[in-house]
Amino acid sequence: MAEKKKKTVKVIKIDADKCNGCRACEAVCSAFHATPKYSSTNPARSRIRVVCEPLKNIYLPVYAGEYTPAECSGRDKYVIDGKQYSECDFCRASCPSRDLFKEPDSGLPLKCDMCEDDPDLEEPLCVQVCLSDALVYEEREEEVEEQESPEELEIGLEELAKKYGKQKILDAVSRIYGNREN
Amino acid sequence: MRYAETGFSLEVDLTRGNIERVETDPEWTQLYLGGLGTNAKILWDRVPPEVDPLSPENLLVFGTGLLCGTPATGANRTIVSTFSPQTRLMAYSMMGGFWAPELKFAGYDRVIVRGRSPGLVYLWIHNDKVEIRDAGHLHGKGALETAERIREELKEPKAQVLAIGLAGENRVFYASIEHARSSASRGGIGAVMGSKGLKAIAVRGTKDINMARPAEFFQLCQQVLDYIPKRAQDPVKGVPPILAGIGSPQEMAIHDEKWHTTGFAWGHARRRRKDFWTPERAVEWKQTQDQAVERLISCYNCPMKCGGIVTHPELPTRKYMMKCYSKLTYVMAAMVDDLDFGFRIAGKAQEYGFDGYTTPQVMAFAIELYEAGILTDADMPGFPERNDERFFYLLDKIAHREGIGDVLAEGVYWAARKIGKGAEAYDHNTTKKHEQMPIKLGMLNPIFFLMYATGEKISITQIEGQIPQAPLPKDYREEFVKDWVHLPTGKEARFKKFILEWGDEDKRFPFWPPMDLVCELVDWMETMHYIDDCTGICAGLSSFPIKPPYHIHNLPLFLSHATGIDIDEETLWTISRRVRQLVRAVNVRRGLRRKDERPPQDHWKKRFPELEAQLLDQYYAFKGWNREGIPTRKSLENLKLDFVAEDLIRRGILTGGGGTPSEATATEAAHK
Ligand code: SF4
Ligand code: SF4
Ligand code: SF4
Repeated sequence: MAEKKKKTVKVIKIDADKCNGCRACEAVCSAFHATPKYSSTNPARSRIRVVCEPLKNIYLPVYAGEYTPAECSGRDKYVIDGKQYSECDFCRASCPSRDLFKEPDSGLPLKCDMCEDDPDLEEPLCVQVCLSDALVYEEREEEVEEQESPEELEIGLEELAKKYGKQKILDAVSRIYGNREN
Repeated sequence: MRYAETGFSLEVDLTRGNIERVETDPEWTQLYLGGLGTNAKILWDRVPPEVDPLSPENLLVFGTGLLCGTPATGANRTIVSTFSPQTRLMAYSMMGGFWAPELKFAGYDRVIVRGRSPGLVYLWIHNDKVEIRDAGHLHGKGALETAERIREELKEPKAQVLAIGLAGENRVFYASIEHARSSASRGGIGAVMGSKGLKAIAVRGTKDINMARPAEFFQLCQQVLDYIPKRAQDPVKGVPPILAGIGSPQEMAIHDEKWHTTGFAWGHARRRRKDFWTPERAVEWKQTQDQAVERLISCYNCPMKCGGIVTHPELPTRKYMMKCYSKLTYVMAAMVDDLDFGFRIAGKAQEYGFDGYTTPQVMAFAIELYEAGILTDADMPGFPERNDERFFYLLDKIAHREGIGDVLAEGVYWAARKIGKGAEAYDHNTTKKHEQMPIKLGMLNPIFFLMYATGEKISITQIEGQIPQAPLPKDYREEFVKDWVHLPTGKEARFKKFILEWGDEDKRFPFWPPMDLVCELVDWMETMHYIDDCTGICAGLSSFPIKPPYHIHNLPLFLSHATGIDIDEETLWTISRRVRQLVRAVNVRRGLRRKDERPPQDHWKKRFPELEAQLLDQYYAFKGWNREGIPTRKSLENLKLDFVAEDLIRRGILTGGGGTPSEATATEAAHK
């Protein structure tokens, strides 16, 4: 079933030490994903969030990843360079335990799509506006095993439908993909 | 739909505990934009001139700039306007950080606070949900500590909080409002907040701010972002490092402090130390700074990193955030050569919520009085020997308004008059009762003369900008003016010629440049600041530096595309003038007159009273003011400020005929 394929892997290298906490990345991401494009700004809709705790000198840009229907059972803590982080600080999931990476009104999960656009952007927008180079974009060619995983998709969709109702999911799909095509 | 703004104000009456969300008139946006412009209109309409700044009837307006919350880089200013307990005039101080965009995302353009709460409270704004909450447990807490505690108790790590410290609670006349890495410091607005029993405002917003013409607007933002790194590669030559780039002065990043430490006056703005900056000192100070500053940080949506996280083991928060020149104000006023002292005391002062410009001057003034025997050990029991310890002593006394601190809490002007015994003679560095930058120079500078005299923002750094502060090296001038796109239309040739000639044999201050050119330059600098105060764009990217990313040619486009209202260069200039005129009228109604418009007497050694009088005459005329500095009826009507003219006539400040001053009826609000 699996076959070898060349694939471009898009990588954003995050250098948290260089982050100045400006949240330009959040602002621009929300503007890019507005309909029509750039018609509104709202960092709460952003697919990148910067954990800012100035009095601990913690600055941590995190990208939105997969939706998860259930939260983790534990909450571990990390100490790095004397600073204490919660495990959740690093987590990309749109998770029921928090309001991060969810549309503020509908609660629908958000996920970074690397600024998918037609034509392709030279660099994702969050990277473009990060003049401090805390975010740097790299592309890498990789041989990967192409895996079809329709079941996973179906499971995910069902979970979402359970949580939000079928109509909301259909609306979201048509809103997101409807716009892509025009 | 409203674009760029939300179209709503939040009205909070702390006496009655009443909160209202009120839709605003869209016409105001066309007339005043937002920020300072709208704040001034509100203060004009709703605060009669007799109102005491610390009374419940005074309003405290937390405005956001019109572009705050849009993707425009550096549009993040909160413009706080009220009446100052110290100057008795309109106070408007601004702060960067994150508060204004967050308020916009919560759905409000401004918060208007009136009344007085019976007990200490804070305001919690979470989108449509707004609550007044008890702050009894926060009494006396530091400003940053307060913000941390509020975020914790609300379980809202993303809430943006502004707060006062003990100085504000105790109504110190130069108390600041602190927020994250920023503060609104000038004019004692923290005291007004304290007088209302309001400890803090926390806000969290998750709504949209809309753009009228998204694609066009975004393109403009890109241009600004492209320009910033290019400009960094191309510093202005022939000026001190601090003025070569853009942003707020890069005090957290720059180590070379020769310009400030040798050019500005030490102590109570008394003497320059031209040989202070030695190579050894440079090494020592660099070490101290590198140890103290842990990271450079920015305001919302800005790459400039003007602030720093500073380590401070003695504070409950262990760290604080510093920006700009407060790194040096305490050091220089205390005449302490150790930069570490600066970092330590500034942290403590910020927690108390003190203005970093005025506070050191007041303390240096107290030391002078002590040394002159006007203040004695009876006034200051246990006053230490060393200046660094004296500064900490005084800081505590003032914050608590304890003993002599109670008198000093009103600033140099009022304290000198309360202390008497010749203390008045030591009040040498105030204008309009407010402490000025500690600068003492030789030859009168006609441009800065007008700015110091007539500026109502009280702080010179909030008026100056655009042009270098001294002539450029001769062989660099041509290159400098070549790509100077910032010049207003119609002024290009004149302003370029000024730069090309300035410093030549017979082209020196004070009788050069010609007065009409002096007026135009001052007007240009001031206009750019007034625009920023309405848009909420940081002066560090716009009105303050030389060759900034924002200027009179792209700002109208930003505003037009954001709001959908067509605004061209001339319209923008007119709006700025309207706001300027309104601010002047607000102050005139409270008694401001020509006699108040004086730079500190010893700001320059060489003064020219006759020339200065002519300069004032000419500038007043240029601004549409009469000989007393009062806007004329005609100039007000031309700016659609008929309601202002009518009021001034009704009060006898202007005559019905239109513009003869009537000095006798000026209602100077006397402070007793
Ligand atoms: S744009 Fe860059 S520097 Fe700014 S918050 Fe995002 S990651 Fe940090
Ligand atoms: S790559 Fe694009 S979609 Fe992903 S966080 Fe950055 S701006 Fe948002
Ligand atoms: S230039 Fe500096 S002070 Fe201004 S908004 Fe940017 S970081 Fe803040």
